[in-house]
Amino acid sequence: MPRQRKPVPGVDAKLLIKDAGKLLPEPSRRLFLRGAASLGALAVLSGCDIIDSDTSENALRVISSFNDRVQALLFNPHTLAPEYPESKITRPFPFNAYYSEDEAPEVDGEQYQLEIGGLVENKKPWTLPDLYKLPEVSQVTRHICVEGWSAIGSWQGVRLSDFLKMVGADLSAKYVWFQCAEGYSNTIDMPTALHSQTQLTLKFDHKVLPRAYGYPIKIRIPTKLGFKNPKYVTAMWVQNNDAGGYWENQGYNWFSGS
Amino acid sequence: MSTIEATERQVAVTYGAPHKVIHPVWVRVTHWINALAMLIMIGSGWQIYNASPLFGFTFSRHITLGGWLGGALLWHFAAMWILMLNGLVYLILGFASGRFRRKLIPIWPSDVLRDLFAALRGRLAHEDLSTYNAVQKLLYVGILVAGVTIVLSGLSIWKPVQLQWLTDFFGGYDTARYVHFAAMAVIVAFLVVHVSLAVLVPKSLRAMVVGR
Repeated sequence: MPRQRKPVPGVDAKLLIKDAGKLLPEPSRRLFLRGAASLGALAVLSGCDIIDSDTSENALRVISSFNDRVQALLFNPHTLAPEYPESKITRPFPFNAYYSEDEAPEVDGEQYQLEIGGLVENKKPWTLPDLYKLPEVSQVTRHICVEGWSAIGSWQGVRLSDFLKMVGADLSAKYVWFQCAEGYSNTIDMPTALHSQTQLTLKFDHKVLPRAYGYPIKIRIPTKLGFKNPKYVTAMWVQNNDAGGYWENQGYNWFSGS
Repeated sequence: MSTIEATERQVAVTYGAPHKVIHPVWVRVTHWINALAMLIMIGSGWQIYNASPLFGFTFSRHITLGGWLGGALLWHFAAMWILMLNGLVYLILGFASGRFRRKLIPIWPSDVLRDLFAALRGRLAHEDLSTYNAVQKLLYVGILVAGVTIVLSGLSIWKPVQLQWLTDFFGGYDTARYVHFAAMAVIVAFLVVHVSLAVLVPKSLRAMVVGR
């Protein structure tokens, strides 16, 4: 679970409770071993007691964190995600979340402040007008969902590494943690945060980021799967402890690099 | 001839085994590890497919592994290590020992046709399990190609940025997903034929367990 959420202006408490319910939309979600036929065959072949799903789940999570380390090694900070011409942009670009589009957070831009915390020299919160004044970078890259589908989008905003330097973040810290308006969260590794295409995104297709795509701030990371690209970001913390994330805590691979 | 096979033959001679070794121990061990890894990969792969189907169907939950996308991904990215490392050992030993060269080539189209018709009429000889007929050779070479394809296309879907040269080789991310699916379909079709024939000729199953 994400850690204690702070009250966010303009967020419906009922929606938060709904979210909690959707953590486990079906009872089998956490039964990793469900699947009779494959499982029966497995049982015969391996002779293992695979009814004990806790043991299997723990073993799988150990391998998943091994995969995190492998992916961190595979991650080349100089390798850029392929960029595409604007003509390749997927239109309409899909809305995607664990809730429906009309349940997406509605953040009041006038009251909005991006909270900065942790190992950072200047913790002054940022208003949207201040953020819009920063130098803009742009990318047309492929968003790849953990589910398998992909879509090409166009994002503009501030290069995250520039922003982190600007606020005096400790760049030797291990993680950057993002908190979102609806309670979603992500922790990413510092090398990815400093990648030149990792972007504090304020616009989609050169227009202010619409609600569906994460108004007012999305973190666009073309070197990671879509769920590692938080939307409706309200706080950013630089820290040395891994605060996990919404899906990561439920079993999606933590690093989830592309 | 590999030292492993030489040792096996020695063992066979020493213990007065009635038949020569058909499958050396490395073939049997890698075969069964592969069988286990493949079942996990296919079962979890079907569950992953269901999260974003490429075609107008999904796989029944009763034949998938993992329970939900996150669980299936954990299985898939764990068993991939077994599949890849075991497959690598098998390929290296297969080439180094000369087994592939001895058993799988040459394959002449005329022989394939002849053996295929013989098989369909149920007149294909299988007394000597150590020699493959042309259809077997073709199927075994085909499954090796499918195995390599499914691993490489899988890597290209897993790492479309870090291994983008590989993703490009498969025609880009979206196309690589279809390649990965097609390789799975080929492997599953092979499995159906392979298991059916093993059941029809039980001594072939015995050979893959005890070696002769």
